Amino acid sequence: MVSTQLKRLTAVSVATGLALSLAACGKGSSTDSGGEDASGATVLKMWTHNAGNDAELAAIQGVVDDYNASQSTYKVEVQAFPQDSYNTSVTSAASSGSLPCILDIDGPNVPNWAWAGYLAPLNGLEDRAADFLPSVQGVWNDELYSLGYYDVALAFLARTSALEAAGVRIPTADDPWTKDEFAAALEAIKASGQFDNVLDMQTGNTGEWWPYAYSPQLQSFGGDLIDRENYESADGVLNGPEAVEWATWFRSLVTDEYMPLKSGQDPAQDFFNGKTALLWTGSWSAAPAAESDIADDVTFLPPVDFGAGAKIGGGSWQWGVSATCSDMDGALDYMTFAMQDEYVASIAEATGTIPATDGAAAMVDGYGEGGKYDIFRVFSKNFAELRPVTPGYPFIATTFTKAAQDILNGADPQATLDQAVKDIDANQKSNDNFAPTS
Amino acid sequence: MSASATTSTGDVAAPAPHAVVPARANRSHRGPSTGRLVWRWVVRIALTLVFALPLLFMFVSSLKPDTQIFGDLTSVRAFLPVGDISLDNYTGVFGRVPFWRFLANSVVIAVATVVLGLIVNSMCAFALARLRFRGRSLALGVIIATLIVPFETLALPLLWWVNLLPYYDGSTGWLDTYEVQIIPFVANAFSIYLFYQYFASIPKELDEAATVDGAGRFTIYRKIVMPLAGPAIATVAILTFLPAWNQYLWPLMVVQSEELRPVMVGIDYFKQLNTSWGQIMSYASLITIPVLVLFVCFQRSFINSIASSGVKG
Repeated sequence: MVSTQLKRLTAVSVATGLALSLAACGKGSSTDSGGEDASGATVLKMWTHNAGNDAELAAIQGVVDDYNASQSTYKVEVQAFPQDSYNTSVTSAASSGSLPCILDIDGPNVPNWAWAGYLAPLNGLEDRAADFLPSVQGVWNDELYSLGYYDVALAFLARTSALEAAGVRIPTADDPWTKDEFAAALEAIKASGQFDNVLDMQTGNTGEWWPYAYSPQLQSFGGDLIDRENYESADGVLNGPEAVEWATWFRSLVTDEYMPLKSGQDPAQDFFNGKTALLWTGSWSAAPAAESDIADDVTFLPPVDFGAGAKIGGGSWQWGVSATCSDMDGALDYMTFAMQDEYVASIAEATGTIPATDGAAAMVDGYGEGGKYDIFRVFSKNFAELRPVTPGYPFIATTFTKAAQDILNGADPQATLDQAVKDIDANQKSNDNFAPTS
Repeated sequence: MSASATTSTGDVAAPAPHAVVPARANRSHRGPSTGRLVWRWVVRIALTLVFALPLLFMFVSSLKPDTQIFGDLTSVRAFLPVGDISLDNYTGVFGRVPFWRFLANSVVIAVATVVLGLIVNSMCAFALARLRFRGRSLALGVIIATLIVPFETLALPLLWWVNLLPYYDGSTGWLDTYEVQIIPFVANAFSIYLFYQYFASIPKELDEAATVDGAGRFTIYRKIVMPLAGPAIATVAILTFLPAWNQYLWPLMVVQSEELRPVMVGIDYFKQLNTSWGQIMSYASLITIPVLVLFVCFQRSFINSIASSGVKG
């Protein structure tokens, strides 16, 4: 009985499996760039990290459609990948020699991908790049490798009513909080007893968030991730007195019970639900804030000046051309077309981000002079600091992240930062300080 | 229940007046005490809650807007379908990802991997368990040794190899195909070992009798050994299906076209700067349902196979 059932099950499974497998044979649509379509146009594959991000993907598709309609020599085809796993897909494709012609890149990764030979310089676009925000230009070894349509800006999300009730001055872009003012504001809000968390720095986030969100604060204290004079060592900047002061302050946010050791799964919702008073976030929270129940009470505050000037991280997603592209002229032709102001504007508008050129900003509602989102553009212009422009950045970022997490959990600041410096220096040295290979 | 006794001859003797039944026997007959029974049920309910509550939270949260999911977290409402309940998150999922395509891809990949795996691994194990040839023990040892090599170690060399393989359409490289998601996972050392163990326990006299009747090796494999290996087949099928269904890293590396992506990669579509947790819960619910249905259908076989093979999934 059992045997008969098993035989039937096996037979059905075999038939189904083989039928499905046979029906499924064949390659997907992502064959290498350089082939021709039915009309004879050269196909240029383009990868983006925007799968699941309908607004930005649609805007990019709009640019591509316009380009394809504008000429008949090339046809750009978009392939979208989920952001969370995009870098894995790109590095795997680079390993197997199957990169597309055009691709987007997270800004801090540009030097590494250029050094590794994934990217080709954008020759001929240098003049156009001069119109873009410095933070969206992917420059390494004096060559332009990428350009971005937009930037994002870090900011504190706060409730005006809570600040007023606590008697705290509301800072402006021209007059940010000082370190002492910030400490006093935290204490005053804590004393009000109105919120579970006085501050949420989104410490539950992972990956690039840590260096993006917290290394600007380290810089504002006077430290840095690496000595930018020669990008050879972090000694003295990541473990100097200023960096230790930053680390001690960072840990004190937890020990003084201003901030949870690890933020909740969705800190933005904690803010909107009234659990958190101050949220360290970015311009991407503007749209959810505007749609929230407390939209009229929400305000965005500039970063704190801890002594060496207020700082935020600069650089978002940018576009480049792969070094293995079989039709470089076509790829550069698309890049030139796509970086026109009208497309910078359309993509920034679709994503609610800061347009990268003045011309585009004038076209996007809210980003013109005095617009409701212009404050982010001001933050970006006034405070943005690029993460270290070295191919060693991915290692520096993970090393800093581990050190900062250890410090937040109570590790000795000096010893932890000394170890981080040792690791970073060893990595730079073992790669000959990432000297250009050509 | 009467307190009667049976004599050595089988006659039933009349109960002795005021016969004393041993207390221990009496308690054993009545079953566990009330206290022990209550304790057992408490443990059972607690264990059930530990395993069921995350699933319940997932399904319930899939019906709520993001703000409510987090608002309900600190109370029992997190597990109750109360408040602003709707199917909006499910609508959002279908609008955001090509769900049915991803689901069909995963079904193709998982079913093909299981079916081909059952055939290949059982044949390999049959040869190792029932045939005598030089180097058999060495081959078995090498196969078992590969169990300790994690996939992450093999991923890059495997990527390099599959990119060099000739494809049936004349091109080179298997990237961006269904085959590259199936073939590397067909041969599996653990499955071979499970089959080997099971085949080794089947009496060899059956082979000898079949050989006397004129059966060849393939006939013995197909008509004698495999029909007796039901529990091993069920175990291998389930243990092959689950990782095939849950594949994530490998598809990220080798699949570039959306139309070939499996369901697990799809969950990354929802992780944006403003993560949509309600939609993630809806998507997770949708991709969990096929596995739950499969488990319910094969529950008996699954439990029997675990019991007989001593293997946990």
